[in-house]
Amino acid sequence: MLQINNLSNTVGDKPILKGLSLSINAGEVHAIMGPNGAGKSTLAYTLGGRPGYEVTGGEVRFAPLPFRGGAGGGAAPLDPALHETASPTPNPSPEGEGDLIDLLSLAPHERAAAGLFLGFQYPVEIPGVSNLQFLRESLNSQRRVRGEEPLSGAEFIKLAKEKAALLGLDMEMLKRPVNVGFSGGEKKRAEMVQMGILDPKLAILDETDSGLDIDALRVVGAGINAIMRKPDKAVLLITHYQRLLDYVKPDFVHVLSKGRIIKTGGPELALELEREGYAEVVAA
Amino acid sequence: MSALALPTRRAEDWRYSNIEAAASVWPVPAPERIVLGPGEQGARALLQDAADDAVVVRDYVITLAEGARLDFHLLNSGGRLGRVTFDVRLERGAHFGLHAAVIGGGEQTLEVVTTVTHAEPDATSEQVVRTVLGGRATGNYLGKIGVAKHAQGTDASQSVKAMLLSRQASANAKPELEIFADDVKCAHGCAIGELDKQALFYMAARGLDPQTAQTLLLRAFVAGVFDGIADEAERERFEAAALSKLETLAKLEGLA
Ligand SMILES: Nc1ncnc2c1ncn2[C@@H]1O[C@H](COP(=O)(O)OP(=O)(O)OP(=O)(O)O)[C@@H](O)[C@H]1O
Ligand SMILES: [Mg+2]
Repeated sequence: MLQINNLSNTVGDKPILKGLSLSINAGEVHAIMGPNGAGKSTLAYTLGGRPGYEVTGGEVRFAPLPFRGGAGGGAAPLDPALHETASPTPNPSPEGEGDLIDLLSLAPHERAAAGLFLGFQYPVEIPGVSNLQFLRESLNSQRRVRGEEPLSGAEFIKLAKEKAALLGLDMEMLKRPVNVGFSGGEKKRAEMVQMGILDPKLAILDETDSGLDIDALRVVGAGINAIMRKPDKAVLLITHYQRLLDYVKPDFVHVLSKGRIIKTGGPELALELEREGYAEVVAA
Repeated sequence: MSALALPTRRAEDWRYSNIEAAASVWPVPAPERIVLGPGEQGARALLQDAADDAVVVRDYVITLAEGARLDFHLLNSGGRLGRVTFDVRLERGAHFGLHAAVIGGGEQTLEVVTTVTHAEPDATSEQVVRTVLGGRATGNYLGKIGVAKHAQGTDASQSVKAMLLSRQASANAKPELEIFADDVKCAHGCAIGELDKQALFYMAARGLDPQTAQTLLLRAFVAGVFDGIADEAERERFEAAALSKLETLAKLEGLA
């Protein structure tokens, strides 16, 4: 579903990612751990297309959500990428889930429409814009790019209620401005409600567990499983602790250090890291 | 305020204006007078969305007697030059409220010029101005507050914020205080900024196209300016006009 080959970048002229490679298949959950400043958030932002995160080398290929481009529809934005894969040498993904496109050639909002979701380490506050309005506009903007019909107000509210209930978030919170005045834990919970509503194909969750109390951690873990544990979806969890991985069991655990994946293992690697620290494990 | 002679840039309240445009309609009509007697309450609103090539100069001279209250709502978004001025005199305990949205693009010069004189004790004034500028537009707010020597208990506030969508747009905000009394509360805040880049990326990461994202942020920025319009139909008319102008701006900046 996602193939990152030898990705390098700079942030404010400073090289951060230095030849990072990682492959994620549909149905898998991957966890990335690594010391502060290793480049974990940078990887998430770069995949999301954040301005200022300059790609200097490598490539990222991604199998997007199906795109129902009718003739002349408002669906032009994804075209360049699709044209590319329609060339004589298509690039089918290993599990045959469809052609891969060049993710980095898409604008940030097109990446979201293609099925990429970023859970932010620090969710952004947007005064004056309610969660409901924000999410409805976002969802319909994605659907427009994919050539799908927009959801009506009633359909949207039903969906929002369902996902808020799944994450145990009061519907009233969704009427408030995006993240404004939310506690750290509420922000993370709200992020997962957003994910539920937008229903992405690949979720990259940057320290979604930080700021959550013990009960919230369980609810959010269950929410991630309910929304993303499906054969056609995948998750990349960025975390410092085993605790979230108790709920969302990873298939692979990677160690990111100094801009590269330096070690990959199964779920036991996270336990090992927690027991012994990065220095020990990396040296071994 | 309606001098017969064409003003020059040397005049304090014309220094950022478009004199050449003003000349084309000079001399302008005499100012409109609004007079409220003791204890009277009034509400006025001006939706100034003249055509792009129009020149609009509107002057108000307002006198509010003891305990009177006037709430003025303004959308200033039309014309090559759109200039609205207020010369307000407040007597004891009177209140003047101005809530204005200024939205312009292209080559527009849009101005709000106020002189609020707290002539007697205990009068209050509140001015809220939200400005959004794209293209090569200029937005000016010149706001003078004068407090007479014996006007104790004055409470005057100015909240002025401008958002620039393009590098060629410019906003001038000049609050000015002339205070001769000492028991006076005057608060003014001015801020000129650009759209929050972090918010824009967050919105894009959720799939919002840049135009819609910009429009949502701008809408939030001016939201609230017209909340105080009591008549619902009128409030909606102002909101709709502001929104459509914002959408036009966002579209133009998106193409830039
Ligand atoms: N705008 C910037 N200019 C220069 N350096 C930056 C900028 N933003 C981030 N960095 C640097 O990039 C490096 C990687 O940061 P990043 O946020 O990706 O780390 P991280 O692995 O997510 O760390 P943490 O575990 O603390 O969240 C850090 O050294 C950071 O200081
Ligand atoms: Mg980080």
